[in-house]
Amino acid sequence: MHMADALISPAVGGAMWAASAGLLGYCGRKVRLALDDRLVPMMGVLGAFIFAAQMINFSIPATGSSGHLGGGLILAILLGPEAAFLVIASVLTVQALFFADGGLLALGCNIWNLGFYPAFIAYPFIYRPLAGGGSNRKRAWIAAMVAAVVGLQLGAASVVLETTWSGISALPFATFLLLMQPIHLAIGVVEGLATTAVIAFVARARPEALEMSGGALAKSVSPRPVLTGLLLVTVLVGGVLSWFASTQPDGLEWSIAKVTGQGEVEAGAGLHEELAKIQEKTAFLPDYGFKTAAPEKATDSTGRVGRTVAGLVGGLLVLALAGLVGYGLSKRRRAV
Amino acid sequence: MGVSHSAAVHRMEIFGGLDSPMHRLDARTKALVTVAFIATVMSFPRYELSALTPFFLYPFALVALSGVPPGFILKKLLIAAPFALCIGLFNPLLDRQPVFLAGGFAVAGGWLSFGSILLRFALTVSAALTLLACTGMSRLCAGLERLGLPKVLAVQLLFLYRYIFVIADEALRMRRGLELRSSGGRSPSPRVYGSLVGHLLLRAMDRAQRIYSAMLARGFNGDMPTLQPARLHGPDIAFAGGWLAFFVLARCWNLADHLGRLLTGVRP
Repeated sequence: MHMADALISPAVGGAMWAASAGLLGYCGRKVRLALDDRLVPMMGVLGAFIFAAQMINFSIPATGSSGHLGGGLILAILLGPEAAFLVIASVLTVQALFFADGGLLALGCNIWNLGFYPAFIAYPFIYRPLAGGGSNRKRAWIAAMVAAVVGLQLGAASVVLETTWSGISALPFATFLLLMQPIHLAIGVVEGLATTAVIAFVARARPEALEMSGGALAKSVSPRPVLTGLLLVTVLVGGVLSWFASTQPDGLEWSIAKVTGQGEVEAGAGLHEELAKIQEKTAFLPDYGFKTAAPEKATDSTGRVGRTVAGLVGGLLVLALAGLVGYGLSKRRRAV
Repeated sequence: MGVSHSAAVHRMEIFGGLDSPMHRLDARTKALVTVAFIATVMSFPRYELSALTPFFLYPFALVALSGVPPGFILKKLLIAAPFALCIGLFNPLLDRQPVFLAGGFAVAGGWLSFGSILLRFALTVSAALTLLACTGMSRLCAGLERLGLPKVLAVQLLFLYRYIFVIADEALRMRRGLELRSSGGRSPSPRVYGSLVGHLLLRAMDRAQRIYSAMLARGFNGDMPTLQPARLHGPDIAFAGGWLAFFVLARCWNLADHLGRLLTGVRP
């Protein structure tokens, strides 16, 4: 469920970047305070382990298909939430940079969706209380299953929200939600299966390996200043960037109202309208973007057709030009 | 992640170590300009097509000047395409409001936004891939750290990157052994899988312990020192200034449209 840049607006991407960056800073400080150098190579190697483990599939009982480990929950179990969040972020960054699995603008969303929920919700609030000490295998099994499913459901819902807020995909909120949640229910079950299978083995073979998560990060950093800063930055970035973006401010406001059930954004609405007015005035080619294909505009005057042709011709030409420039530059480089 | 992925990481590493005017630029400059590029591209309204085309100049120029083979970037672009394609394909199905094109043709608005998504996808992904291919992971991490990335995360990224190959080799050997024993048959049951991947995990943890001891012996104190000048040079400033000006220009004026009008002689 890696989100791609092509479906994200800068406002949503920036806000999620701010949220993830704030949380990363907090986790970084906490891991540093732990003063346990051992954690550094351990985190790196476990990140690499997640990549490697995804090369091995297992067959899902009673179906014909196979699945593999996702990684968020098992990292949280092995390392604790803060270190796990950092490792997940690093894995996602490498995936974005090397494989174009999710983009750079969407990286903040992806870190949040795939890191925050398993590490800070599913692990501490579901897995740990349900699994207890981990000595009871059945309990640990159920705990991992429930935690994996809940973590992925939250992540999937977040993907839907972020996509709807971005307003680039035409998929309506409810349809997309109905599409994503069942798929991720299945993925969550697979994740739970894989996680318990591995954890159960490690618990039998070398139980002390599971004890890293507890003591290492006991020292606490107060989260309140971080959270306040986070909220401020998020609001700021969201507000400022949506001025540039506002492809569909109504969609955004509509979803927020729908989700929270109250007009929390009302206070900002006046400002938003003002900004929208400014944007309308400053837009150079206001009717170029086919934004309103209202019936009265459908009477195709020559001007409109002409402009479309011009856009088409110009677009193709510019593409060719850009290619030519690139070709020329590479020729020159080779000549030098 | 598979065998091909591991090879791709390796090729990326080779390109990252090349020498070219683009490779010599500071990682910070390239990272910031790339982020500005992606944000500008994504700030266009959803039906925009022609105004996006001038932006292809950026990845094209970077690829050309850095000596990274364009085919490599293109191949990765195609591999990554399915997700954006799948979600994007709903647009023509759901957004059926007609939009009139040249010669009286009408097309569903969804097709336009679908085309726009494809263009955005090609632009953003190729820019991100090019950034890495003409910077290299270690230089990029050092640059990001100087831009404020938490040190723990920068070190984590470098460690992860360094050990992907090692642990992936281990996993590949295990998978090959499993395939031989099961005559290349179906995937193992969850139980067998648990012990297989559990072993992989324990081996990885043992390796981390050995690495840690080796690093302590070499004086590791939690930092990864880098040898890079902290100052930005003339070319960096010119690169950033030039491209940012171009992005603003192309965002405010539809360059493609202007050129087309100039050539077809249509007055607005």
